Amino acid sequence: MAIWLTENSKIIVQGMTGAEGTKHTRRMLASGAKVVGGVNARKAGITHEGLPVFGTVKEAMEQTGADVSVVFVPPAATKAAVKEAIDAEIPLCVVITEGVPVHDSTEFWAYATAKGNKTRIIGPNCPGIASPGASNAGIIPADITTKGRIGLVSKSGTLTYQLMYELRDIGFTTAVGIGGDPVIGTTHIDALQAFQDDPDTDAIVMIGEIGGDAEERAAAYIEQHVTKPVVAYVAGFTAPEGKTMGHAGAIVSGSAGTAQAKKEALEKVGVRVGKTPSETARLMREIMQSR
Amino acid sequence: MDLFEHQAKELFADYGIPVPRGIVAHTVEEVRAAAEELTGRVVVKAQVKTGGRGKAGGVKVADDAADAVEKANAILGMDIKGHTVHKVLVEEASAIAEEYYFSFLLDRANRTFLAICSAAGGMDIEEVAHSTPEKVAKVPVSALTGIDRDKAREIAVAGGLPEKALDGAAELIEKLWCCFVDEDATLVEVNPMILSADGQVKALDGKVTLDDNASFRQPEHEAYADKAAEDPLEAKAKEKDLNYVKLDGDVGIIGNGAGLVMSTLDVVAYAGESFPGKPSPANFLDIGGGASAEVMAAGLEIIMSDPSVKSIFVNVFGGITACDAVANGIVAAFKLLESRGEAVTHPLVVRLDGNNAQLGRQILADAALPRVELVDTMDDAAKRAAELAAVGA
Repeated sequence: MAIWLTENSKIIVQGMTGAEGTKHTRRMLASGAKVVGGVNARKAGITHEGLPVFGTVKEAMEQTGADVSVVFVPPAATKAAVKEAIDAEIPLCVVITEGVPVHDSTEFWAYATAKGNKTRIIGPNCPGIASPGASNAGIIPADITTKGRIGLVSKSGTLTYQLMYELRDIGFTTAVGIGGDPVIGTTHIDALQAFQDDPDTDAIVMIGEIGGDAEERAAAYIEQHVTKPVVAYVAGFTAPEGKTMGHAGAIVSGSAGTAQAKKEALEKVGVRVGKTPSETARLMREIMQSR
Repeated sequence: MDLFEHQAKELFADYGIPVPRGIVAHTVEEVRAAAEELTGRVVVKAQVKTGGRGKAGGVKVADDAADAVEKANAILGMDIKGHTVHKVLVEEASAIAEEYYFSFLLDRANRTFLAICSAAGGMDIEEVAHSTPEKVAKVPVSALTGIDRDKAREIAVAGGLPEKALDGAAELIEKLWCCFVDEDATLVEVNPMILSADGQVKALDGKVTLDDNASFRQPEHEAYADKAAEDPLEAKAKEKDLNYVKLDGDVGIIGNGAGLVMSTLDVVAYAGESFPGKPSPANFLDIGGGASAEVMAAGLEIIMSDPSVKSIFVNVFGGITACDAVANGIVAAFKLLESRGEAVTHPLVVRLDGNNAQLGRQILADAALPRVELVDTMDDAAKRAAELAAVGA
């Protein structure tokens, strides 16, 4: 079993008819994911990429039995799209869109909470979630790795790909890109918990980066609740204070949020932290080969 | 984007928040004119985007225009935590009865907004929060329900503000919330928020951080950009829509994806430690997923125009765009630059990994580009780029 996304997942794409939506719908279909339709209020009724386009998420769910939505709409429309997915109570909503104002993500998170968190939100500004050999919801290249028994959770897209690729001979149950924004729906802790509970996952790779204290909190969670081996990598040791490095959340303010502090917090609870992505892959390889 | 104090206060004033009368001055002549216009005692305040100005001597009270000029002479040009003072705010002096602290900010950990309020405001608020946290009220604010006058009053009470300040504080807090939301701010801070001798609650200082992601619906925020302080290379990169940050070292870095590029900076810095002169990254540059010839050329152009760059490390993981496409992009970028008379003259280390890596490497090998070396792994490539920078030093 993979976490959150399985071979039975039925995916709809909000914003499927746009350039990015079209491109990645094709890619998801090519990888074998069950994409069953799209949503665009202005284009309801048409067929796009061989799939039906519905006016609302609710209608798409009723007609197709979809249980996953992937959001590619532009930043200005993202809040409304996610709230619509929450109202429809779709179990999983993966928000790929980059550049969402933080007031909007804070608002849709508050909305999801007020509605009882029936929808798991991943993102925004994330590459999505992939369960190799089963399904793929988002933009993670499906062909860089294989199915296996490692779970991966990461703030960064390309570092996710790098690790998936370096460990492709061992393979993954699920890789979750949670995104690098200051406010995100699914956290490291959520993924750690799901991987801990997943009988098919033997070990976990966690990739973090500077900014915030999510890694420190993940470390505290690991100490209490995770018995499976965890290997971590943290990017941004040499990033200067006060500069934003691409990810809106990756900014160091004062002494808080440094890579060093995160590394120390993780090592303190027994997590092995790689100095480079390759060393991180080596550490995980050792763990998997010694099993 | 962080605002200067005077910008924050202009913004506050737009929302009806009481602030002292003030005039921005860039020269001592302008300071004299400003002080004469304001009459009486004034405060001369350094305008820099960092905290601790008061402790650094960047805020001084002056008795009259002549005194203001004297104080401004010391402040203009001063360095505060690496920020040079290019302008001051000349403000009418306020008769302060009490000093409080107030802010709205984003609470990342709890994914909500937070109001922070304390009756113990002023220069030592960090110390107060550290040693006597019970004196600082932290109240979560929902993005859905926000703040009305009653909630604002509750927060002021929680912060321990006295009865005589509650009405004024509640009004200020409610208006500040409107500013926080309507301007897409991630921080609005008033420290001190004062009770004046005549019983008015005012913002005596202002700190505002705006969310750059919201610029599509906040077109007027562009006027706040501090063009003078912007690094010229960063400004040029911005024009070309490149995600570039200037750093202090000599190894130019190009990569795809923010996390991978951040990681590349680390790996190059580690590798540099074992070479003479300790080469380190000259920049952060994320060219995103596409890596087309145009984007690659624009990236190389920016990096080569940085005089401190001695070698360049191109670190690309081929995911959605496979390595053969990236390699073709690099070859085309070289041709494009050559046709513009800007041929690549720096040594270039390229590491391609991921989809179609072998094919990509073959394309680059066949193109036999001058001064380009292919190295298979990120760690080894970083070492080679650092070595080349050290040799060139």
